[in-house]
Amino acid sequence: MVPLSYYLVLSAILFGCGVAGFLIKRNIITIFLSIELMLNGVNLTFVAFAAQLKSLDGHIFVFFVMVVAAAEAAVGLAIIIAVFRTRETLNVDRVNLLKL
Amino acid sequence: MLALILFFIFAALCVGGAINLLVQKHPINSALSLIVVMGSLALIYLLLGAEFVAAVQVIVYAGAVMVLFVFVIMLLNAGAEERLSQGSKVATILGVPALIIGFGITAALVSHITGLDRIAIGGPTVMNGADVFGNPQAVGHLLFRDYLLPFEVTSILILVAIMGAVVLARREE
Repeated sequence: MVPLSYYLVLSAILFGCGVAGFLIKRNIITIFLSIELMLNGVNLTFVAFAAQLKSLDGHIFVFFVMVVAAAEAAVGLAIIIAVFRTRETLNVDRVNLLKL
Repeated sequence: MLALILFFIFAALCVGGAINLLVQKHPINSALSLIVVMGSLALIYLLLGAEFVAAVQVIVYAGAVMVLFVFVIMLLNAGAEERLSQGSKVATILGVPALIIGFGITAALVSHITGLDRIAIGGPTVMNGADVFGNPQAVGHLLFRDYLLPFEVTSILILVAIMGAVVLARREE
């Protein structure tokens, strides 16, 4: 048996790593990976509280978060491909104009 | 006791993978370390009795989504990242660990104040003589009865996402 707070601290650390990666990384794909890391940290919180409350609703929310993450990854990677076609770069510092 | 040891092993793997994601310069290395994070998170979900979530984590996240990421990284031939704007080195070296540790300490403090750190969770939840908490049968009952409408709406969301991805990634004529 593990105290609930250990799970919460772990998920907070994962979320913090995601935030840090989002801020310091310049490659647009790595920024996307950081967002996935943040979503995983939140999912761990949902599952931990579901175990504490003996309620399965948290598992359903994790399922919906995963669906949204999959949709977001599909659309986001399509946008990355479109950006790469027009600008030939993945560096977000070079993508500073909406208009080409 | 065994659960605590397993938790620490997988938590160390998780945090190590997450830090490796930040340290690596090449996106493919970051993607592979994120797979390590997701795999060990699936095992932590198993410790919490969430069998369905653990299986979906491996199949959807570590399987489908990460394959999509690796595929795009290879398709675009992404190299090591170049830095155009050199920000403050001190801000990166001190700020990033401070941010991560700050998040952890905040969670520990909040859970200590609210008394959540005295609650031990995990272990089997026996119901009718069988451990059913979090298995696909129990989750399916809830998903297809109480959450039927949100579940159907997600299928529309996925459909829209697929069409959006096809339209966005299409080559302009």
